[in-house]
Amino acid sequence: MLLGNEAVARGAAEAGVDIATTYPGTPSSEIGTTFGHIGKELGIYFEYSTNEKVALEVAAGASIAGMRSLAFMKHVGLNVAADAFVTLITMGVRGGMIILSADDPAAHSSQNEQDNRFYALLANVPMLEPATPQEAKEMVRIGFDLSEELEIPFLLRTTTRLNHVRGPVELKELGPRREPKEFERDPFRFVTVPLVARLRHPWLLETEKKAREMSESSEFNFFQDFEGDAPDGKKVLIITSGVSYNYVVDVLPEMGIAAKVLKIGMTHPLPERMIGDALAETDTAIIVEELEPYMEVQVRDIAQRRGLTLEIHGKAQELFPRILEFNPDVVKQGIVDALELKLALTKSYPSEVKAPSRPPNLCPGCPHRASFYAAKTACNDSAVYAMDIGCYTLGLLPPLRVADTEVCMGSSVGVAGGLSKATGQKVISFIGDSTFFHSGIPALINALHNKHDFVLAILDNRTTAMTGHQSHPGIPLDGMGDPAPSLDIADLVRGLGIDFVEVVDPYELEPTTDTFKRAFEHEGIAVVIARQTCALLLDKAARKTPEGIIPYFIDQDECRKCRMCVGKFGCIALYVEGEDIMINQQLCDGCGVCSQVCPFGAIKRTCGCPDGPCGVHYDEPSGEDECTEPLCEVAEGKEVAE
Amino acid sequence: MSDDQSINIMFIGVGGQGILTASTILGHAALAHGTKVAMSEVHGMAQRGGSVTANIRMGDVHSPLIPAGETDILLSFEPVETLRVLEYTSDKTLVIMNDEPIYPFTVSLGQEPYPSMDEIKAEIERHAGGLISFNALDIAKEAGNSLTVNVAMLGALAATDKLPFDVEHLRKVISERVPERFIDVNLKAFDMVLEKVKGEL
Repeated sequence: MLLGNEAVARGAAEAGVDIATTYPGTPSSEIGTTFGHIGKELGIYFEYSTNEKVALEVAAGASIAGMRSLAFMKHVGLNVAADAFVTLITMGVRGGMIILSADDPAAHSSQNEQDNRFYALLANVPMLEPATPQEAKEMVRIGFDLSEELEIPFLLRTTTRLNHVRGPVELKELGPRREPKEFERDPFRFVTVPLVARLRHPWLLETEKKAREMSESSEFNFFQDFEGDAPDGKKVLIITSGVSYNYVVDVLPEMGIAAKVLKIGMTHPLPERMIGDALAETDTAIIVEELEPYMEVQVRDIAQRRGLTLEIHGKAQELFPRILEFNPDVVKQGIVDALELKLALTKSYPSEVKAPSRPPNLCPGCPHRASFYAAKTACNDSAVYAMDIGCYTLGLLPPLRVADTEVCMGSSVGVAGGLSKATGQKVISFIGDSTFFHSGIPALINALHNKHDFVLAILDNRTTAMTGHQSHPGIPLDGMGDPAPSLDIADLVRGLGIDFVEVVDPYELEPTTDTFKRAFEHEGIAVVIARQTCALLLDKAARKTPEGIIPYFIDQDECRKCRMCVGKFGCIALYVEGEDIMINQQLCDGCGVCSQVCPFGAIKRTCGCPDGPCGVHYDEPSGEDECTEPLCEVAEGKEVAE
Repeated sequence: MSDDQSINIMFIGVGGQGILTASTILGHAALAHGTKVAMSEVHGMAQRGGSVTANIRMGDVHSPLIPAGETDILLSFEPVETLRVLEYTSDKTLVIMNDEPIYPFTVSLGQEPYPSMDEIKAEIERHAGGLISFNALDIAKEAGNSLTVNVAMLGALAATDKLPFDVEHLRKVISERVPERFIDVNLKAFDMVLEKVKGEL
């Protein structure tokens, strides 16, 4: 029973992969977590690279030299890697190579819904699309052989409902790994000067022909017949790929219509003969694929070249949406509309009682909330906020509202430069530590050299938090958990020659606010590094101490109901009950920042006993009035049960 | 559940309630029993207090997503979260709900109202075939650890007799998949809810 992402890692291990690289990104992140766990034991080299382009280049180097490599990333990560990606395909590789793009229809955790199958057409790279964890494992395992056979990388395109689905997976033996061997020079293949580029393009087109033949006989492209009534006596062909296949085969039997299904697992190059022959025997074809009409336009092309005039239904008639994910209901509706069936669809309707929204938010104790509060206070909320990608993007939410723009990883630094030139206002860019290493550095060098004027706040929480606490170059551990050299962001930035570089602890609200004030007054680039460990990691460590987490509470006798804490700071451990403001003792992580926000000193540290303040609370453990109640067992057990 | 049938179970609740742990235990129990199973979960935002859903389908199905109206059992860990997925319920759906609310920050900070429990229950009953609700948090606390709510809710599921395997099989898989020192307290919570729900069916 494996998660789709675990199945991918398993398939690679069965294929004897030597090197795996990535930059973490949902929905692909658990592939890295799995390699982090199994890599060392199996002798697989695994790294978290600084960004996707570097990840792809490291893997490419290994495969050019003859090893098997897997580079995996989320869909927008392939945009970052695209420069290396497109040219690498023209060079090809000696050892098998799979590049995985985890697309995110419905943008569950992404900034767009782009359909990366078009990268297969752009780069002319053979592509596989699995429907289930079992198939993903097999496509990776066999894909390495296919890649080696054609000496070209293969693109494995997944979607969220493959990566984050669990299903039974049949395991096979783990494959052997290769020993390093001396590099065999071949500059007319691997040094892509224009002359070589012109030589490689015909090679790529020849390889496309071979890959198409491979597709014609691929075990991943197959037909399946469904029995039932033929609508209006018509022969129906449904062409589908990826997770859409699962929905098609689930809804067809219950609809009771006769249809032939062509499931395409190798979606570039498409098996043109296979499709053309099937179209020739069909009255009505329906193309069922998520997002863009990628197969649909090619199927119409095949039909036109064969002189076929059958009906081809899909996105062109708006029978299937080009947005969001499919599900069984969407697919059923599309087929019903395409065939003009009179079929009663299940009646169901949403709740008429409105559920309050439950958006994700910054965790209790999150140091980013403190940094945002300090920066906002320092500029009196007059600055333009260039936001970047990470947990901290949630600074968008009220009451903080510190996000005016957010484009892609690392973009805040470049965008801040443009904003400062265009507005004449104070501008601040917020970027996380991992994102800064990913792609913030070139933009910062640009800003310095081109005399941009803004504040760069580097929110250094000592991890890649959003995707599950992966390592990065600022952490003294690598992706396999071994000690590694780490870079100090302050040293790095000072090394560029920036004169305003200050490191603050955002849990110390006043000094942090003062530093931001001076940064806003500074002309040119001012860098403020807000360094405090991610609250989830702090909480985990605190739960292992004898004291556990000691929450804060609001002394109702001293609270003047000004609502600064809930209205301006907005930590989610705070709540309103009638006129009173309280702190949820289970949620509070004891960071104490809200006590610094309160102008009246009404927020105090509790004694840490299970039922909240016992009346013998203290601010600093002095010994004399310490509570002797046993520590909260709930807080202690929390980590284990989760 | 006979061989040619399938059963669709949806889990819904809030990040931090252990929903993915519970749904994974159920999936493993099905697999260990030799039942075909497909599951889908929502990742990414779970740690940050957002809504969490897991779909489990056992039997001859391919898609891990449950079609609208086709849920057999909706196991809800939080009242208003139930409202969010009512389109997946119908006359055939049994809703089993932990009625302890977890207020979203939009409510706790006074930005949005939380509907009354009577209103929530009436709306669920209007959509679904049946509703069993109880306070799983209280039971979990009584069992000895408030974090056993997730396993306690599996006890409610076992009480329905709709699973393709027996209670002992599920208890065994739970003991294999929770940390050793928490096995007893989890099974205690499981049994307490099992008895309670059996009494109400």
